[in-house]
Amino acid sequence: MDPIKLLESTLSLAPFEYLREVWVAAGMNPALAKVITDVIGVVILASFCLLIVLFLIWLERKVLARMQDRIGPNRVGGKFGLLQTLADALKLVSKEAITPAGADKIAFNLAPILMVMTALLMWAVIPFAPGVIGSDLNIGLFYILAVSSASVVCLLLAGWGSNNKYALLGAFRAVAQMVSYEVPMVLSLLVPLILARSMQMGEIIAAQTIPFLILAPISALIFFISALAETGRTPFDLLEAESEIIAGFHIEYGGMKWSMFMLAEFVGTLFMSALFTTVYLGGWRFFGVENVVLGNIQIGNLLAMLVFFLKTFAVFMVFIWIRGTLPRVRIDQLLDFNWKFLVPLTIVLTMMVVILDKVLELNGIAGWNRAIVHLISNVVLAFITLELLRRRGRQIREEMEGSRQAGPDDHHDADGHGHEADHGHGHELAHAAGD
Amino acid sequence: MLTEWQFVGIFFLLSPIFPAAPIIAQHLLGPRKPNRIKQETYECGIETVGDSWIQFKVQYYIYALAFVVFDVEAIFLFPIAAAYGQLTLFGIGAAALFIFLLADGLVYAWDRGILEWV
Amino acid sequence: MTAQQIIFIVISAATIVSALIVVTNRNLFHAALALMASFLGVAGLYVLLDAGFFAAAQLLIYIGAISILVIFAIMLTRRLMSASEPSFNSQWVMGLVASVLVFGLFLYVIIQAWGGAVAQTFPVLQAPMEAPGIADSIRALGAALVDPNGYVLPFEVASVLLLGALIGAIVVAQPEKKS
Repeated sequence: MDPIKLLESTLSLAPFEYLREVWVAAGMNPALAKVITDVIGVVILASFCLLIVLFLIWLERKVLARMQDRIGPNRVGGKFGLLQTLADALKLVSKEAITPAGADKIAFNLAPILMVMTALLMWAVIPFAPGVIGSDLNIGLFYILAVSSASVVCLLLAGWGSNNKYALLGAFRAVAQMVSYEVPMVLSLLVPLILARSMQMGEIIAAQTIPFLILAPISALIFFISALAETGRTPFDLLEAESEIIAGFHIEYGGMKWSMFMLAEFVGTLFMSALFTTVYLGGWRFFGVENVVLGNIQIGNLLAMLVFFLKTFAVFMVFIWIRGTLPRVRIDQLLDFNWKFLVPLTIVLTMMVVILDKVLELNGIAGWNRAIVHLISNVVLAFITLELLRRRGRQIREEMEGSRQAGPDDHHDADGHGHEADHGHGHELAHAAGD
Repeated sequence: MLTEWQFVGIFFLLSPIFPAAPIIAQHLLGPRKPNRIKQETYECGIETVGDSWIQFKVQYYIYALAFVVFDVEAIFLFPIAAAYGQLTLFGIGAAALFIFLLADGLVYAWDRGILEWV
Repeated sequence: MTAQQIIFIVISAATIVSALIVVTNRNLFHAALALMASFLGVAGLYVLLDAGFFAAAQLLIYIGAISILVIFAIMLTRRLMSASEPSFNSQWVMGLVASVLVFGLFLYVIIQAWGGAVAQTFPVLQAPMEAPGIADSIRALGAALVDPNGYVLPFEVASVLLLGALIGAIVVAQPEKKS
């Protein structure tokens, strides 16, 4: 094995191909060589995902603190508190592992492990750079949805296994939320799928000579909102809702088992950023950066990976930004917003794209012309949606004012009360969308 | 063929190690002095009344059911979207009809007040 | 034995064992968990049969959705924390008859396929075959679903069936109208 060649192949992000070549030349079974490099790849990928969380937590605390005019972590590890999360992790390791009396031991211990497993497994199909992907499955995007849907089960396991009313209540809420928001997420991902005509992640990136964010901005927005809800981040953090159900499904967890849930949340959030980058921002693409060659080393792959991470962290910053600015919604608002706004909008959007893109294809419109037509159709749809919401909001407001003038005596029964709540909500929805 | 899935398979087999290792480390490193008070169910300072089984809202079940229906729909739509380039106008119409019928179900649910949080 | 055959045997054994746990375990929640494990095993078998799409669909529908529904249904109707349920109820004769019939059907199909056509029925028993253009098999599936000469009618019927399921669920679960 030639160390310089190994270094060169590592710089062009293809060390495994080189290693396999060397091993097979030395007489190793090619299948075995593939297994070994796969194992190394898995270990690298998984450890990266887990270790980056140390940084992500620090980043979130620091940025959030700045947004709230605080300093944030600033003691451990120098002026910027870089080692704060590591110190926290060490503290958590040294805690006593408490299993509450009456807990279902199997479910209680299995839940955090499965939670992290599902969060990790999704990374298998994310392309970090050209050719740097765990496995470019032909059903890539579908695989991600399948694995992420399995994480719902973990919440039920945790909630039920804890033998605690609040945990079970939190788990129900969490499941209802995740299950509901999976519908717009799946349907909104259909749009880039149609535009790329493939589920394979590599092909989706290859199809984005123009990023899909320009072709399908509404789909991207819906995906982003459902990603917020799926990962349980503000304003959809009802899974935890520490002021109502104390900590939701993981109230009984402490120490490392609790950190596994936090870990899964951060890995999941970063994953959603990476998926958003891949599907809507063109992944590692940036004006042909992947073709750069320095001397005789193909350095472009490394640059492409850098581009990928820059985009991913930019999206992650938006996640933090939203946490810093929006308050938590109520559960009825959350579910109403999904089933009465996001899902219908996504269905209309999907129908529109299904028909429009075929018409464009049959008329031979491609490239920027196609992108502009798609963009215009999206803008028109957004305008119509906002207009409908505005009218409904005004109508509800007028009804409320009308009923107030009629006097409070008319509506003393439970029915009237229910109406009131409904009105309030519709108004809020319109308000949020109108802004 | 299967080589594509090899990575996923290995990942699946190895992935439990990563969360399990710190949990085991905590069991080894942390103190262990369990007592009855410590292991009590956490509930604002007083002893828990009854078991943790709580009345379940039917509402949750409806959402789960609607989710199943839409999920099955997605399974049909994903391969169609992947084959979009090969589809004829007839195929597009069929897919649109499929989505439309499902949207119908949502409209019905809305109309019957099922989506109202009570 | 090839590596693939060993994997097949391990996955099948795991699937069957978890299926047995489903019917023998007295704790309904644990039975539901074992059911999920068994679903996962079936997904693994799909992967071995080179049907990745169906494996993912199995995961998405059966583990991500049906299992949730099953657990919700259990929690809706039973006091779970008491944890032990009788294994039999009044319908065990019907259940026995149905499962014997299904088992007989499977046995019949397997025996039919055994003579000569083993390769087509059980690719796992054969040396790995090179499938032509995997990426295209999904496109072929998608195109066939909406092809007038393919499965467009069953496809639309499936849509009507789903609509029916949704409406049925709404009618059954509708809370009392208060007006």
